[in-house]
Amino acid sequence: MSSIIGNDGITETRPAPPEVRPLLELRDLAITFNTANGEVPAVRNAHLTVMPGETVAIVGESGSGKSTTALAAIGLLPGNGRVSGGSILFDGEDITNASEKRIVELRGSSIGMVPQDPMSNLNPVWKIGFQVKETLRANGLPYAPQDVAKVLSEAGLPDAESRANQYPHEFSGGMRQRALIAIGLSCRPRLLIADEPTSALDVTVQRQILDHLDRMTDELGTAVLLITHDLGLAAERAHKVIVMYKGQVVEAGPALELLTNPRHPYTQKLVASAPSIASRRIESAKKLGVETHDLLAPDTARADAKDKVIEVEDLTKVFKIRGSWGKSTDFTAVDNVSFSIARGTTTAVVGESGSGKSTVARMVLGLETATAGNIRFDGVDITTLGRKELFNFRRRVQPIFQDPYGSLDPMYNIYRTIEEPLRVHGIGNAKSREKKVRELLDQVALPSSMMQRFPNELSGGQRQRVAIARALALDPEVVICDEAVSALDVLVQAQILNLLADLQAELGLSYLFITHDLAVVRQIADHVAVMEKGKLVEQGSTDEVFDSPKTAYTQSLLAAIPGAGLVLPPEAA
Amino acid sequence: MTWYVSRRFLQLIPVFLGATLLVYFLVFSLPGDATAAICGERGCTPAVVTALREQYNLDEPFWIQYLLYLKGVLTFDLGTNFSGRPIAVIIAEVFPTTAKLAVMALVFEAIFGIVFGLIAGLRKGKLFDSTVLVLSLVVIAVPIFVLGFLMQFLIGVKLGWTNPTVSGDATVSELILPAVVLGLVSFAYVLRLTRTSILENVKADYVRTATAKGLSRKRVVVVHILRNSMIPVVTFLGADLGTLMGGAIVTEGIFNVNGVGLTLYRAVLNGDGPTVVSIVTFLILIFCLANLLVDLLYAWLDPRIRYA
Repeated sequence: MSSIIGNDGITETRPAPPEVRPLLELRDLAITFNTANGEVPAVRNAHLTVMPGETVAIVGESGSGKSTTALAAIGLLPGNGRVSGGSILFDGEDITNASEKRIVELRGSSIGMVPQDPMSNLNPVWKIGFQVKETLRANGLPYAPQDVAKVLSEAGLPDAESRANQYPHEFSGGMRQRALIAIGLSCRPRLLIADEPTSALDVTVQRQILDHLDRMTDELGTAVLLITHDLGLAAERAHKVIVMYKGQVVEAGPALELLTNPRHPYTQKLVASAPSIASRRIESAKKLGVETHDLLAPDTARADAKDKVIEVEDLTKVFKIRGSWGKSTDFTAVDNVSFSIARGTTTAVVGESGSGKSTVARMVLGLETATAGNIRFDGVDITTLGRKELFNFRRRVQPIFQDPYGSLDPMYNIYRTIEEPLRVHGIGNAKSREKKVRELLDQVALPSSMMQRFPNELSGGQRQRVAIARALALDPEVVICDEAVSALDVLVQAQILNLLADLQAELGLSYLFITHDLAVVRQIADHVAVMEKGKLVEQGSTDEVFDSPKTAYTQSLLAAIPGAGLVLPPEAA
Repeated sequence: MTWYVSRRFLQLIPVFLGATLLVYFLVFSLPGDATAAICGERGCTPAVVTALREQYNLDEPFWIQYLLYLKGVLTFDLGTNFSGRPIAVIIAEVFPTTAKLAVMALVFEAIFGIVFGLIAGLRKGKLFDSTVLVLSLVVIAVPIFVLGFLMQFLIGVKLGWTNPTVSGDATVSELILPAVVLGLVSFAYVLRLTRTSILENVKADYVRTATAKGLSRKRVVVVHILRNSMIPVVTFLGADLGTLMGGAIVTEGIFNVNGVGLTLYRAVLNGDGPTVVSIVTFLILIFCLANLLVDLLYAWLDPRIRYA
């Protein structure tokens, strides 16, 4: 395996002189975690080389060991983890068992880190400036206010001098990530470990931040070890890509080569189904004039598209925000939104956080009352329904939510979870309900032996299947998926999307798909509505919106799908 | 901020009215004639009883008695107790001792509780941690009068390091032992609370980030772990200050400290209504102020909390 990973990656865009020695080298690294069940191996035989100035990406799903591998390089394994084999070399020096003192010396000044979640990685009780300052100070650099401001403005934080006096909670997610990048690069490290630096951010912000990070590391000549779950993003940003699966490096090589000619079955699956790659492939195929039919999710009956199952007209939602002195200001979360869903098709509502897309979903579900406008379901305005009619309406419109961990009651076993809606609506008797639950599990491709299990015994993908089964229990006509696949790993995401498409074809379901991820939209939606700050800025068929976006906002959203620069031959899968 | 503080002070008014009303009513409903308590075994002549009833408005209906009492309080006249001493003077006499005792107990439990809790939290599962956890459980489980007498006997009588009881002057060195006994249970709680809080924070993402920045372990612990862990501990300590001020009845009894607790206890035994109501009201006000102080400290520790 090591021969693949070796130096052959350097022939990429920015070549380093061949005689340069690797900046970071992991040789046969093994990491184990000490758990209640004894030693559990997390990483085995990991090989990895980062040359000075080079960007290397580690790609893998959650639990693949990608973060663990990178964190081991700066001695940041959690308390129960340890390096159990192999070695870590930084600039030729073996730091596998280096003293605490030596590691503290290296951290910050030689190896910087940009962590994953900007919300939890800044200490909430200290000002941003203080957190930058202590970094400079600990690494022996000047730390006067102007030095702090300089570091922050380099990372693209506007008005850095006054911003430094603010606390993290006064910053938006994107600004916090900029502050974290500033901290990571403040001491000019030679290697930057970027652990999913943007996965918690909106796509357009993600793009800006990554571009900025690219520019900075380019200028400073910093090598980057980028950890990501998104193959498209890795391919776009890195010279070399390393794919990890279940604690092992399964494939490594130059980014484009890996995408066009994946050798390991896992990489092949990843290339075939990662949404960002898949949606790019559809685009590429269209440009090349290739029939894209089999690339799209199974097409469903949209012949009688005239029949609208849901029509939303001038929908508006105004929230009152409590201010000081008992005054309140109005906040228009949803502003005059109109769209419709044709029976048996999928309409996606796309937007970034705060765009009002989830509020629309909640109103269509009847969970939130509309301030103005109306929502017609099968021609009946649901905003005027009484309590009993609303109860019946809910049978026909069912939700699937984002978080498969939060949306299942941990105290209910799977049978009870799926059976509950049937019981609540008084359908059938115990026996017929059990039969129905079996059918539903079968539909979502879960074994009926799972009925007695509890949510905590299931994986994220399995839980989301249970949530889908529960939503289908009442034979609804419309299913509202609020970010239903956003929390899942890419391969699981692709499986769930396929399941949803199959169910649509089989049961004639209509979907309202709420998402921030345009790559997913490309695969599943027939019709797209783009929302920005409560307003619907553009809508049309998926092809129209993707091929000729009319507004600048949609264009920027599209450009932000990772892998924009890649042109992929459709036969790659 | 000013607005917040003044609003909190305004809130004291209904609390004060409600509390005095309740306590006054309880004392009013006590069985037995109040004059009997004053006259004692031998009894008084009917003329004296009539005079006493007149003096303490005992013949008036409940509402009138209560309103007359309120009028007195608002004109800074807390009245006299049944022995004829002004209650304000009594409080002024015993309160400094209790305050000294409570503050010493608070300092003891805060310093030792936080330090021990910090070490235990950072060395989770090690010998120190396990020992401290078991000992703190013992302290919480054993009633305070057992611990109090035990320590009084061992340290005061056997070892003779300090006087077993406190003199009328109640000097600081005399109060050390009672303060430790008084703060012992809260010390165990502070320790456990700090430990739990530290354990939570050690795993926080920002602590890992702070380490990755190249900070020394010491700095990470003090600046990033300890301060964040103090938020729940400070809440507990503040609320405890109020409790310590009034709840020292047992400890003051053991060590014969002439403080608020003991005075209140005697007043309850003697059926001395005016004293009971005044002291309890006084304690309630202190408790409210301690809580206000906690809330302000809270905002200082956690900038995400803003009062408007």
